Amino acid sequence: MDRIPILKFGDLLLVSIQVDMHDRLAMNLLDDLTHRVVDDRAGGVLIDISSLETVDSFIGRMLGNIASTTRALGAETVVVGMRPAVAITVVELGLTFEGINTALNVDKGVEMLRSFNSGA
Amino acid sequence: MAEDNSRRVLEIISNNKDAIVAEWFEEQKASGALRLDLISEGEFKSQSEEFIELFAEGCRSGFEDLNSDRWQGVWRFLEQVSRSRAQQGFTPAETSTYIFSLKQPLFAYLKQDLSGDPGSLLEQVWIVDKLFDKLGLYTYEQYQKGREEVIYRQQQDMLELSTPVVKVWEGILVVPLIGTLDSERTQKVMESLLQKIVDTGSDTAIVDITGVPTVDTLVAQYLLKMVSAASLMGAHCVICGVRPQIAQTMVQLGVAFEGITTKASLADALESAFKHLGLVVVNREPGA
Repeated sequence: MDRIPILKFGDLLLVSIQVDMHDRLAMNLLDDLTHRVVDDRAGGVLIDISSLETVDSFIGRMLGNIASTTRALGAETVVVGMRPAVAITVVELGLTFEGINTALNVDKGVEMLRSFNSGA
Repeated sequence: MAEDNSRRVLEIISNNKDAIVAEWFEEQKASGALRLDLISEGEFKSQSEEFIELFAEGCRSGFEDLNSDRWQGVWRFLEQVSRSRAQQGFTPAETSTYIFSLKQPLFAYLKQDLSGDPGSLLEQVWIVDKLFDKLGLYTYEQYQKGREEVIYRQQQDMLELSTPVVKVWEGILVVPLIGTLDSERTQKVMESLLQKIVDTGSDTAIVDITGVPTVDTLVAQYLLKMVSAASLMGAHCVICGVRPQIAQTMVQLGVAFEGITTKASLADALESAFKHLGLVVVNREPGA
């Protein structure tokens, strides 16, 4: 598998990362997402990482890239569903998820994106 | 010769079992080490009988190799008794007296047996004495281990008790921190906070540090970690209960909670959390 499926959900795009990320996969995801944001005129992107058991600096950077790229295209990105153990590891590793919005679950993420869009 | 020694002890024990147990009991009672408030006489007697049986079993293999299979019963018994006594609240002296007080009745019988031969009596007493010293020391060691287990358990209990995460409103959690923060406690608090965020689906977490006596760079770092972990889970964090002196020392130390909302009191923090959730508290009777 070298592509992660992107689901359209109203005016939002939903991505669920369930496999270990590697360079190629990350590049493809970023590529696909930017195209889909433009093509579908998406108002926001939700990335669900609740199946990830480890998050390293690579994934952190990748999420950061996605967030800033989609923001440039007018769609905010919210990362949802980080596990407690993963959050602790990320903090212990000293990784910063700057510029990345986080929410507890998909529901809250959708709520957050809606509030961004209504505010704008 | 050595075998004679153990055989003689074995004979004495087998022939006078009940008498020895009775005298052992009296001996302990006289020394004040027998805590009848903690252990019943019946329990004591059955314990003593069991020990004598096991001790006799040990004697059958002689006194040379105390690690042999036949002695294992004795060691196990002592381990069990010492640990349970440590938990029951016996003092270490009382626990080791339990073993040491068996010397007296045993020596009395040896003396009777060898009254005509002071030389071998002395030798016999010396050997048995040495054996009992070993048993006594082992008892003490095990007692110590038992106490350490108690301490460890209490420590765990304290950790559990000292890290409550309270849901005060739908979507609002409060973590009242009391006592000094170290890395282990921070870890525990962080874990329970994050888990509670998931369980209750809360948006806001209020960390109350009123009970934290000092905030130095390290503690501030721990708090920052907690806040960043919570915000990774999508929860908004507010730190409250910063006392005036603490605020002053923090500034002097150059510690800053950058990017984190801090409030003076829990009430203020709750108010800001309400605001964050879009809730308004209204007085129904403005005149009252």
